[in-house]
Amino acid sequence: MPLITQDLIAQHNLTGDEYQKIIDILGREPNLTELGMFSVMWSEHCSYKSSRVHLKKLPTTGPRVVQGPGENAGAVDIGDGLCVVFKMESHNHPSFIEPYQGAATGVGGILRDIFTMGARPIALLDSLRFGELHNPKNRHLMKGIVSGIAGYGNCMGVPTVGGEIVFNDIYSLNPLVNVFCLGLAHQDKIFRGTAAGVGNPVIYFGSKTGRDGIHGATMASDSFDDQSEQKRPTVQVGDPFTEKLLLEACLELMEHDLLVGIQDMGAAGLTSSSCEMASRAGNGIELDLTVVPRREPGMTPYELMLSESQERMLMVAKAGKEDDCIKICRKWDLDVAVVGKVTADGILRIKDQGNVVAEIPAKALADDGPRYERPYQPPAYQDMLTNLNYDAVPDVKDADAALLALLESPTIASKRWVYEQYDHMVRTNTTVRPGSDAAVVRIKGTKKAVAMTVDCNSRYCLLNPYEGARLAVAEAARNLVCSGAVPIGLTDCLNFGNPERPDIMWQFAMAIEGMKDACEHFHIPIVSGNVSFYNETNGLSIYPTPMLGMVGLIDDVDRTMTQWFKQEGDDILLLGSCREDLGGSEYLKVVHAREQGSPPYLSLDTEKALHDCVLSLIHDGLLQSAHDCSEGGVAVALAESCISGPERTLGAVVGLTRGRLRKDAVLFGESQSRVIVSAKPGNREAIRAQAMRFGVPVDVIGTVSSDRLALSLRDKETAELVIDQPVAVLLDRWAFSVERALNQA
Amino acid sequence: MNIGVVVFPGSNCDHDCRYVFREVLGQDVTMVWHKETSVAGLDAVILPGGFSYGDYLRTGAIARFSPVMQAVKQFAAGGGVVLGICNGFQILLEAGLLPGAMLRNKSLHFICRETYVKVENAATPFTNVCRSGQVLKIPVAHAEGNYYTDPVTLAGLQANAQIIFRYCTADGKVTPEACPNGSLDNIAGIRNAEGNVLGMMPHPERCAEAMLGNEDGRMIFQSMIASLGQKTLTGVR
Repeated sequence: MPLITQDLIAQHNLTGDEYQKIIDILGREPNLTELGMFSVMWSEHCSYKSSRVHLKKLPTTGPRVVQGPGENAGAVDIGDGLCVVFKMESHNHPSFIEPYQGAATGVGGILRDIFTMGARPIALLDSLRFGELHNPKNRHLMKGIVSGIAGYGNCMGVPTVGGEIVFNDIYSLNPLVNVFCLGLAHQDKIFRGTAAGVGNPVIYFGSKTGRDGIHGATMASDSFDDQSEQKRPTVQVGDPFTEKLLLEACLELMEHDLLVGIQDMGAAGLTSSSCEMASRAGNGIELDLTVVPRREPGMTPYELMLSESQERMLMVAKAGKEDDCIKICRKWDLDVAVVGKVTADGILRIKDQGNVVAEIPAKALADDGPRYERPYQPPAYQDMLTNLNYDAVPDVKDADAALLALLESPTIASKRWVYEQYDHMVRTNTTVRPGSDAAVVRIKGTKKAVAMTVDCNSRYCLLNPYEGARLAVAEAARNLVCSGAVPIGLTDCLNFGNPERPDIMWQFAMAIEGMKDACEHFHIPIVSGNVSFYNETNGLSIYPTPMLGMVGLIDDVDRTMTQWFKQEGDDILLLGSCREDLGGSEYLKVVHAREQGSPPYLSLDTEKALHDCVLSLIHDGLLQSAHDCSEGGVAVALAESCISGPERTLGAVVGLTRGRLRKDAVLFGESQSRVIVSAKPGNREAIRAQAMRFGVPVDVIGTVSSDRLALSLRDKETAELVIDQPVAVLLDRWAFSVERALNQA
Repeated sequence: MNIGVVVFPGSNCDHDCRYVFREVLGQDVTMVWHKETSVAGLDAVILPGGFSYGDYLRTGAIARFSPVMQAVKQFAAGGGVVLGICNGFQILLEAGLLPGAMLRNKSLHFICRETYVKVENAATPFTNVCRSGQVLKIPVAHAEGNYYTDPVTLAGLQANAQIIFRYCTADGKVTPEACPNGSLDNIAGIRNAEGNVLGMMPHPERCAEAMLGNEDGRMIFQSMIASLGQKTLTGVR
């Protein structure tokens, strides 16, 4: 057994103080296996040591919450005895090193979190961030990551129904892969990761354990003795076929009365699953590594405890039910072994070949890790970012050209090239496919449907992390509302730079405050989440990206709304009002190459009134379409309503009141709390009356036409036609831009 | 009517097929585990889509060795009606119940989207409620749907009216552009010489309800039920 040296401690990413704390807990020096176990469990990834003091401020309760943060995933009541179980997770670093497998195992990990809870996964969404596509490396990353997501999700038979992608060079050396999964469970059949019942058997099942992913959670480079080659951490390799068997085996096990608790082996593998389950129950677990199924001989206890091989689970069965469990696992051709039992002493005790090789209080590993209140302060450059002199930015001269440039910028352009590679229809629930504000899946056996969206404008978050986070919550909720869904819950995936830097920690702390304020205002509980720090390369951090996955409920699936125009002759109405909100806009980036200014103004009261108004209009059957105004403003939203329909395109003749605003602010500004709806002309007065009741400004701005988008700006006396384009041209720019960018030589 | 839906390890459209027959069309459905050695008593057998055995080695290559496939072969030899959808079609090819093979899509990508197919032969147990030449909108979702066979076999398929579906445009033109995957002669589905076994790449079970925006796929299942001469369709949703 090697001596624990300073080098070894440092290689395990533990500080001197943290090491001393380990000695205090054990009352002795740890051995190498124990050091490894502490290092993974006390890593930022597993312990949330920098984020926990902030995360606990978030609102996590509500009348619908069945399970809040702290379990494998959160769960929210949707009535009929059912609940939706959902969570979002990142797989950023592995996806940069090995795009296909990194992204694939990201999908695999989040799926396990959902079916571990007893829920059948019914939908996946992905949020991706890449550098711009003129760089061949970014094209390579995007192709690989999209293939990886497709390869895993398609094989699992879980539809990938939506997502979003943003391109910005800040992500060139640190792309983001955030995967959201939602499952459906019976409320009285939610399973948790608990090792209750002293004497109950602990059973390992799934794939064999190999040497892959060792220290995925802590160490980034080579290791600590002359066998370092064998211990080099690698990206895990996914096997979706085994995961599919694991899914079916788990759900079959759960149908019978066999289990006490169950947890997947994600980051920190066997170590995290065993100590967390023991700690939640206030018990201990004794494991015998001798019987753990393994891929190759000669694996050490250190390797077995730290391996992050995929597609593995740990369950605690009811005493006497071992054989029933084993039979079901074998039916699905999975490896299975009784590897230990629940003990009363609170100790995670690991044996190998008859010897005790590690002995640690389970709670010390799982819950008593270090906690940091890291210092934070805004960076010196923050004012420079927000202070934008608009006099230096000329107003738009050629609005046609600006609109076309925006439509073909990959962030706004159609992501069809991506979502056509994902099976988005399997399970036959997808009633709104990728390409509208939110994806919608029906719940079989009920009249209900669930709407989902993933959202975050990280440029807003860079310019003002507090406002940016509020805006992200508001936009996610607005997307759901536009599909006719009432927001019922949220999961987050918080991607930030190095938390040891005060400016990054400031971004994080402010973003949490923003999420908290907005969620409290809208009564949307945050039921699960994930933090990904250290997203920086060569000292350059990504933009703060607090990604949100929001879930909404539609009581009557026949009342689902979509964003595209439906019929020539319909009224087009704008709900909400326009301000001079150009700061942080996509327009400033695409047309003026500036990522500056203050993000758009947001009043939570105004936003909430808009949500209530839109939901009421949809409920009363008054609308034909509803589309949120976001990146690219009214002009882009109108164009999208013309060209994003799955069956056909339509045109629009629109006049907008300019008032004293800049032209570009009216056309492309990103003022919040605005929705463009279309409606049969006969409903005009009813819509006006409803909007007035909710205190929402409403304006009939035009008419759905056939094949041109014509947009005028009106003063009191004059009207100026500023945009006039055949819809076919808009469609061509928007629909094929991503594909063209990817296929450039 | 009792429809058997075979479940291979890795099947993932098995539930969807069960839902269509049981909930949408009101028929009895039996899920048949791949280790079963008999399919006796069933009126028809469905090989559903998915990734049987992970599609490792080659799509359908391992599934054909499952015990149930012996039983399916006997069932087909006795005139039993067998429908293979997507991975099920691939398995039928590997098992030799239908001629030819699947290559990777021309784009080398998985493709999930709506396609249009032309009913080339309406005198089959799978298309008898369609008009000959009728265009159906049915989605595909596959990475290996690029049908290939040798010229002699192709000529035989053409001569014997064994090509049941061809990819086409919305108005029924069979053009290379309308083919999503590079398939020979725009083939989307073929039957065996006897006419009781059909393999098709598009997924009719995904478009059999108005709520999903398209009911064209339902005609395939209605045809099967009609040809098997059982329960009428009135009164079921």
